[in-house]
Amino acid sequence: MTGATGDTLIELRDVHKIYGQGTEAEVHALRGITVAITRGEFVAIMGTSGSGKSTLMNLLGCLDRPTSGSYHLAGREIARMSKGELAETRNEVLGFVFQNFNLLSRTSALENVELPLIYRGEKSKVRKARAKESLERVGLGQRMGHTPNQLSGGQQQRVAIARALVGKPEVLLADEPTGNLDSRTSTEVMALFQELGESGITVVLVTHEPDIAEYASRVLVVKDGVVVSDERKTPKRAADELDRVSQGSAAIAAQLARTKAEAEAAR
Amino acid sequence: MSPFQILLVAMRALWRNKLRSFLTTLGIIIGVGEVISMMAIGAGAKAQVESTFAAMGTNLLIVLPGAANTSGQRGGFGSGQTITWDDFSAIRDEVPTVKHAAPSLRSSQSIVAGEVNWTTSVTGTTPDYFDIRNWPVASGSAFTQSDIDAGTKVIILGQTVVEKLFGANADPVGQSVRVGTTPFNVIGVAAKKGQSASGQDYDDTAFLPATTFAQKIQGGLNRYLSGQIYVEAISSDATERAEKDVTALLRQRHHLTDRDDDDFSIRNLSEMADSRQQSADTMTALLASVAAVSLLVGGIGIMNIMLVSVTERTREIGVRMALGAKPYNVLLQFLTEALVLSMLGGLVGVIIGVGTAQWIAIRFGWATLVQPQVIMLSFAFSAFVGVVFGVYPARKASQLDPIEALRYE
Repeated sequence: MTGATGDTLIELRDVHKIYGQGTEAEVHALRGITVAITRGEFVAIMGTSGSGKSTLMNLLGCLDRPTSGSYHLAGREIARMSKGELAETRNEVLGFVFQNFNLLSRTSALENVELPLIYRGEKSKVRKARAKESLERVGLGQRMGHTPNQLSGGQQQRVAIARALVGKPEVLLADEPTGNLDSRTSTEVMALFQELGESGITVVLVTHEPDIAEYASRVLVVKDGVVVSDERKTPKRAADELDRVSQGSAAIAAQLARTKAEAEAAR
Repeated sequence: MSPFQILLVAMRALWRNKLRSFLTTLGIIIGVGEVISMMAIGAGAKAQVESTFAAMGTNLLIVLPGAANTSGQRGGFGSGQTITWDDFSAIRDEVPTVKHAAPSLRSSQSIVAGEVNWTTSVTGTTPDYFDIRNWPVASGSAFTQSDIDAGTKVIILGQTVVEKLFGANADPVGQSVRVGTTPFNVIGVAAKKGQSASGQDYDDTAFLPATTFAQKIQGGLNRYLSGQIYVEAISSDATERAEKDVTALLRQRHHLTDRDDDDFSIRNLSEMADSRQQSADTMTALLASVAAVSLLVGGIGIMNIMLVSVTERTREIGVRMALGAKPYNVLLQFLTEALVLSMLGGLVGVIIGVGTAQWIAIRFGWATLVQPQVIMLSFAFSAFVGVVFGVYPARKASQLDPIEALRYE
């Protein structure tokens, strides 16, 4: 890790993606995308539905290969990898966070977090220790034995983040991670992402909510399969936001107490 | 992923749908149980046929005299007197494929011991008879060649006769009995032999020296042997040769030309045993193939449920793939589930099959025989069914597109 100003970790060069090539239902989802992301950046990809941002996310996540162009990720050429090699890359370099959490049901938080290490062939002892460490990092050290249906949405997403982090990935990919969460929990998750970004992990986030994109240090806007805007900025700090909100709610609580006391006195 | 880890994941997935897993396995349980119990019935029947013929004596030929022809009325085989004592000696001594030969002169006689009498089949024979029939003397001794030569009045009793005359578990050796009016000294008791295939009690019998029998019961020893000759071939493969050799010898001794029919007849018991054996084999094959079909149906049940499971768990497959599961990891996982289902079914099926075989033996009194190789085979077959019917769903799972799978609702 060389920090926020380090070398290029992700490099897309003139990437095209065409679905159903050669048929009548041909869809040109990506039309020549060239982007470089350096280590430690917090990038938000924005766009309306149908803009191609999901396709871009799938390519970045090594779930799919580009039709043409090249994609370098952490020194590997992804465009010509086999399915097995793609799986290996996902396991070793990437961590995924999904909108609907995608935890295995009826499986404990600890076992969910262990999953990526199972496919890496780690021994049970190592897996347990690292999964525990990862859950503690997201603040769920006390709930390791709980199954997803015993956890709140925010807690489930934190288990998913712990799962994404357990393999010590270089890139964390989050696809609408706050889409199913209320605003306070969303801010908490974004605070966690920012904390991870500060520790050197590259975060790439897909969202359609502008107030979520505010927490990123760089915003890419995709439209009709091309990048129409690429802007670096100073991010809003989610931790400050949380402080403000809790102060605000403290003020409201104090106001309520005061009103109540006045009412009592008047009686 | 270690094999143990894969097994653990498979067991956990199956345990989540306990009832469904059990019902799926039921097909295999019934199939394997059926194969084992049916094969046990078949093998039991075959073993019974084998032991029945073994009790009669293996490699056995029976030579019967020809038919008497009294003024046009033909009496059937054994009614005439065409075989002489010299023919018997020639068969015994001159044919190289013959190991033993013994006469069997038979008559129904009343045997009296003190106040009690019992009518039974009395056989006059020579010591070789006991070798041919695999029928040792249990207590006392058999008669010897000198008893034959001297025509001594000794008798060997069968177990049933002992029981009827002296009571169960009595030892009559040394006692005296009368056959007709002649007193005989009991020198031995034949071993228990049980029943014939047609339910006849072999032990309801008594034996005398052949010469004594001819003199005292048939009314004098003459040239002709009034009875049958039991012939044992040197091996079961040589039985047919022995039959031909004895036929040739007797035809030559009786001066029969090519145009004459045999004036005797030879029965080949090993042929009968073979045909019985064959019918038992056919029955076993039939039962086993019915059972194998139900095992196959069980396999289709597994395939069906595995396909349902793959569809149901498409999202899970997508998640696992996103987290780094390679196609063969997914393939192995689903294949293992199918295998666990079928092999657990096989195991329970073996237990139920063996139990059923025992129960049938007790409840219906059928002879059943559970062979270890049948257990191994049907268990292996259930595993094979699991692999064959598990491959298609597992391949389907492993070839899912992770993007589609993650999006699947």
